[in-house]
Parts: sequence; C-alpha cells; structure tokens
Amino acid sequence: MSAALQLDGLCKSFGSLRATDNVSLRVEAGECHAIIGPNGAGKTTLIGQITGEIRPDAGRIALLGTDVTHWSVPRRALSGLARSFQITQLAQGFSALDNAAFAVQARQGHSFRFLADSRKDPSLRKPALDALTQVGLADRADRLVETLSHGERRQLELAVALAMQPRILLLDEPMAGMGPEEGERMVEILRGIKRHMTIVLVEHDMDAVFALADRVSVLVAGAILKTGSPADVRSDERVRDAYLGAGSH
Amino acid sequence: MKLTRTGVFTIVVALAFLAVPYAATLLGSNYVITLATRVAIYAIVAVSLDMLVGRSNLVSFGHAAYFGLGGYAVAISAFHLANDVPIFGWAGTNEALIAWPLAMFVAGFGALIIGALSLRTAGVYFIMITLAFAQMLFFLFVALKYYGGDDGLSLSTRNLFAGNRITDARTFYWICLAALAICLLLSWRILNSRFGMVLRGAAASERRMAALGFPVYRYRLAAFVIAGMMAGLAGALWANQNRFVSPDMLSWVRSGEFLVMVIMGGLSSLVGPVVGAAAFLLIESYLSGWTEHWQMVFGPFVLLVAVFAPRGLWGALRGKGDV
Repeated sequence: MSAALQLDGLCKSFGSLRATDNVSLRVEAGECHAIIGPNGAGKTTLIGQITGEIRPDAGRIALLGTDVTHWSVPRRALSGLARSFQITQLAQGFSALDNAAFAVQARQGHSFRFLADSRKDPSLRKPALDALTQVGLADRADRLVETLSHGERRQLELAVALAMQPRILLLDEPMAGMGPEEGERMVEILRGIKRHMTIVLVEHDMDAVFALADRVSVLVAGAILKTGSPADVRSDERVRDAYLGAGSH
Repeated sequence: MKLTRTGVFTIVVALAFLAVPYAATLLGSNYVITLATRVAIYAIVAVSLDMLVGRSNLVSFGHAAYFGLGGYAVAISAFHLANDVPIFGWAGTNEALIAWPLAMFVAGFGALIIGALSLRTAGVYFIMITLAFAQMLFFLFVALKYYGGDDGLSLSTRNLFAGNRITDARTFYWICLAALAICLLLSWRILNSRFGMVLRGAAASERRMAALGFPVYRYRLAAFVIAGMMAGLAGALWANQNRFVSPDMLSWVRSGEFLVMVIMGGLSSLVGPVVGAAAFLLIESYLSGWTEHWQMVFGPFVLLVAVFAPRGLWGALRGKGDV
C-alpha cells in the first residue's frame, strides 16, 4: 500500500541557506505523524513544499501514491490535502459558518454558478455546520470571524480544514498562541479527529505532540535527524542535544 | 420584515431616479433628463467597477478601456452602415438589440485578453498594468485615422430599439435606467452566488481560498470579463446618448473618474457606486456652471469625503449597523 504522504529527497535552498536538506519522509495512512524542530529548522519551508506554495529545488512529493510535485496548491487541496495555518487565514467580514462553507463549496466542483444565493443552499450550510459542531463551535456559527476569541479562531481554522473532508490533514502549529486551558481543549478535539484521519502535525507544544503523535520526526537544520515513536525520540541523545534539552518544559 | 436604514435610503435613491422625468416636466427643462441619463450610464460603469475594486480587491485603473470599446463597437458599426459598407454586408447592426450585445461582447473580449495578462500580477503592478493596457487602446484609437482618430466619430442617428427610433430623451432615459436596474439586480445575485463568494473570499484571504482548492485566477478572470461587459454596455449607451465617441472615452482620466465615483460613493456596496456616480456628475454639473476649473473645488470635497466618510457617501448615509 502506498503511503498517505511520501517525501523523497526534498531539497530547497534560499541563497546559501539550505532550508530543506534532502528530506525523505513517509506518513502512513491513519497515523498521526508529528514534525518537531527548533526555530529555524525549516518546518515552514517544508510545509510550503507539501502544500505547493513553495517549489522544491529537487526531490519528489507523493500524495496517496500520486506524484504531485508539480501540482498547484488548489489541485493538491482537491486531491485530499487540507491544511490549517499557523497564523489564522480566515475570511474577515464573513461568519464562522461562511468560512466553513467555503471549504464545502470547494469540494463540490466548480463554482461558476452565478445566480442562486449560496447562503440559502443547504448542501453548503449543513456540512459546514457539521464541521463547526465537530470542533465545538456550532453556537458561534453566525458570529463574524473578527468577533471570535483567539482560541475560537484556532478551532475554526481546524473546522475549515475538516469541512474539506480531506484524506490528509496538515496542521501547522494548531496550539499557537493558546493558553493552557484552550490548548487542552484543542488536544481533546484533535484526539477525537485522529481516530479516523491521517494527520501531519507540526507543533511546538511538546505535551501536545507526545499526547497525540504515533510517530515523531525531528527536523534540525533542514534535515531529518530522527524518526521514531514518541518514546524513542524522547530518549534519543542527539535529539535532546539538538532540541529537547533546552526547549522542553 | 423590518425596514433597515439601508433599505430606506435604497428606496429613496430608486424613487429619485423614477421621479426624474416628472421633475423635468415640472421644471420645463430637458437638461435634467440628459443629466440623469448620464448618471444612469456612469452608474452602470461604477457598479461594474465595484465588482472588481470593492468586492474582489482588484484595483483596475483601466476600466475606461471597456467603456470605450463598447462605445466604439457601436460607433464603428454605425459608421460602416452610414458609408454603405456595413460590417459583413449586414444592416442589422443598427438595431440596439444587436449592436449593444455586440458592444458587450467586444468589451468582454478585450477584458478577457487584458485580464488574462494583468491578473498574473498583484497589487501596484496590477494597477499599473491595467492602466498600461488602457493607454495602449487609447493610442490605438487615436491612431485610427479612418475612424476619426483624435477627433472621434459621430453617429448620424441613435440605434433603433426593437425597430423603433429613440429620439425622445425620456424614452432613452427609461432604457438607460432599465439597463442600470438589470445590472444592479445581476450583480446583487452574482455577489451572493457561489461565484461571488469565491471572489469575496479571495479578496479577504487569497491564500486560504487557494488552500481550499479554488483556482482563484479563473474566477477573477471571469469577474473581469463580466465587469468589462457591463462597462461595454454603458459605453454603447453613452455613444447613443451623445451620438459621438472619441478616444477620450478610454483615457486614463476617465478611468480615474470611475474610480473616484466608486470610492466616493462607497466600496463593496450595491447602491454606493450609483450614489457616487450621481454625486460626481451633479457636483461637476453644478460647479462647472461657476468655473471652468471646477476640479479645484471638487478635489477638496473628495478629500473631505475620504477623511470623514471612509466608507463613502453611501456608507455615511446608511450608518454603521448594516453590512
């Protein structure tokens, strides 16, 4: 069986900086695979290459067994890759439900439909509301995005990705900027989702990573230092030196 | 259904348009109708431009190009007819129901080409490239001596409308007003449709819409063509009202005026651009009666609107509550 996501020999340089240095990675279907690393390790660049926002200099990216290295961002999204953003990218001026409905609309084929009122279309609104319910935001459906709290926006960010009904969910620091209480809530939500979803989790919060991940890859200076179970990674000397020692709490 | 403040003012604007012919009779002045007709025509352009600038965050600085293309499409077919060399040897081009859709097609085709290239850029580059294309067309028509060049091109008569001559100013006003109403209705439906949601979503966060799977470029190009077609219709009406077209229709000054109308009236609203077009033309008409240099007074006025009513005249009228 082919992997959900496979990276082969991915390289990307910015000038003399090797942001991604020969990264190969295999994410199996159904697993929650965390990618951790200190600041400047190249996590953002790696995510950009997986989603298609950044073109790699060399290497190959396969989604569900299909080579997508040269595919555009929207095409990858439609083939089953959903992502959340580290800095929320929600449509301001629209309600929470509208934001989730965008995702539903995207997977229902082309949007060259010019006359019918999309806000009165149950085939958009209902799945969107389901996604909000999944993250516990159903009672915020009609609130404008800018009136939501930071934690709620993080939840909405996740709901929008879920509304795409993806095959692979790429989460870019879902805990970013959250307080301990909000963080715990998010871990609970993700624990529920991970049972039926392949997740690539890029996260700084070590407690969250060790609570959720089946396997962990450690990225240091653009290269994968180690991939293994959370326990393996935690006990690895080199990982401690490079990262966990100083950074963990 | 509760009547909102927006609703009240929308009705006021609609009634004002409907009252124009009666007001003209009372005042015994046909100039009122001529002016109101111009307002309706410019309002169509402003509404189409708001679909790009307001709703899609695409600041097109070359919208006069489509206005001019529409005007020239009508004028050139009339020119050939008058000189006994009708296009494709066919006299039907004098009929509005053929000439005006033809004008929309020509303008839409122009928008397709220009949009396809311009939309590959963003921000300031987009503004500059749309301006550059419009200027290219401007100089093209200046250079076309056969069609009058700098001096423009006169139409001997207005187009027939469903076989009838439109000599009466009132009849022509009603036609222009109906065209405006159709354009408003259409853009209202479009902006709330799936298509419109993609445009507006991409204006709010292009990155997000791409990550959801929307090839944003295609939707923006379609919007560009729709807006171009509407502006082309306005150009056809303008050519008919004045029985004259000139490269001035495509000049960058004209594009700038269209932007001022939309921004002064109120971006991202249905009625705002209409109010903006009306305010612009009424103020111009009033001030130019006083002085040739009417812009000296108009400029500070636009400045005041920008400072004290950042959501435009329409935004100030309808208050904070409604979106």
